[in-house]
Amino acid sequence: MAFAAKAQLQDSTTVPIVGFDYVQQLMQQKNDTTYVINFWATWCGPCIKELPHFDHLKASYPDKKLKVILISLDFKKNYKNVLLPYLQKHKITSPVALLYEPDANRWIEKVSPEWSGAIPATLIFNKNKSSFYEQEFTEKELHTTVETYF
Amino acid sequence: MKKVILSAIALLAVAAMAVAFTYKTNATTGYAIGDAAADFSLKNIDGKMVSLADFKDAKGYIVVFTCNHCPYAKAYEDRLVALDKKYKTQGYPVIAINPNDPAVNAEDSYEKMQERAKEKGFTFPYLFDEGQKIFPIFGATRTPHVFILQKDGAKNVVKYIGAIDDNHEDETAVKTKYVEGAVDALIAGKAPNPETTKAIGCTIKVKK
Repeated sequence: MAFAAKAQLQDSTTVPIVGFDYVQQLMQQKNDTTYVINFWATWCGPCIKELPHFDHLKASYPDKKLKVILISLDFKKNYKNVLLPYLQKHKITSPVALLYEPDANRWIEKVSPEWSGAIPATLIFNKNKSSFYEQEFTEKELHTTVETYF
Repeated sequence: MKKVILSAIALLAVAAMAVAFTYKTNATTGYAIGDAAADFSLKNIDGKMVSLADFKDAKGYIVVFTCNHCPYAKAYEDRLVALDKKYKTQGYPVIAINPNDPAVNAEDSYEKMQERAKEKGFTFPYLFDEGQKIFPIFGATRTPHVFILQKDGAKNVVKYIGAIDDNHEDETAVKTKYVEGAVDALIAGKAPNPETTKAIGCTIKVKK
C-alpha cells in the first residue's frame, strides 16, 4: 500500500506539447470551477520562485472546485533534458503542458490585451469573473487573490 | 503644534505617493507610436558615455533592451549583430541597453556585459541603464524589447515597438522578420506594418 501514496512523477506521457488552441479551449470553460493558468518557464527566475505556490494551491482548498494548469514556455529543444527533469526533481503534480507556438505576437493578446509578454503571467477565471496578472505572486498574495473567486 | 506636524506628515505621505504613482505610470505606459523619444546618456562597455545625438549620420536607431542572463535575449544575440551589420550602413544602427539591476541577477553586471559583448562580437554599443532610469521612460517591460526610432529634424520619433521576429527558438523557421520589415519600410518612406508586436520575454529585473 505504500506505493499508492507516492505522488506520480511527470513524464512525457503526462506533459503534452501543445499549440495555442489548447490554452484557448481552457479559456472557453465557463462553469463552477475556478481555473488558474500560470505561464512560466524553468529559465525564468521569478517563475520558479512562485511555482510551488501554484502547485500547492489545490491542496490548500480541498473543498473548492479549482483547476491549476501550468503552461510552460520552455524552449521545445529543452523539453526532455530540462523541463521533465525539473518537474520530477521538484515533484510538481499539477497538470503541465509545454506551449510551442513561436509566433507569440499572434496569441499574447488573446490571453489578455494587458499582457506585454513578460513572464510570470497568470490568468484566473470562472464563470463570474476573470482577471489577468502580469506579476509574481507570494503565497499569501496568491491565496488572497484566488479566494476572491470563491 | 501637533496638528501642524500631523498635517506636514500627511502632506509628505501624499507627495511620496504622487512620486510613486508617477513612476508607476511611466513604467506601465512608456512611449507609444508617434511619440518623440528623449535622448539619454548611458555608459557603454568601453567606459564611454553614449547618446543618440552622437550618431550624426544616423537616420534613426534600433534601440533594443536586452541582457546577459535571459535565454530569450541570448537567442537573439547573433541576430542583433546581423541587424546592426545590415542596417548601420543604411543609417539605422543597433543600440543595445541592459535595463536590469545586477543586484537581482549578477549575470547582468557591467563587467559581465563587457565579457558577453566580447564573446559574441557585438558590433554595436551595449549600454548599462545604471540606476534604471531609462527603461521606464521607454516603457520597456521585458528583454528583448525593441523600439525603432526615426529622426525627424531634432526629434527621434518612435515608429515601431515590439519583437525582433516571429521565432525565438529556431531562426531558420522565422516567417516574418518584424524589425527588418519595419526598418525597410522607414527607409522606403513608409510606416511600418505592423507598428507594434508582442513577444514572450524575461521581466526587467528591479530590486524590491
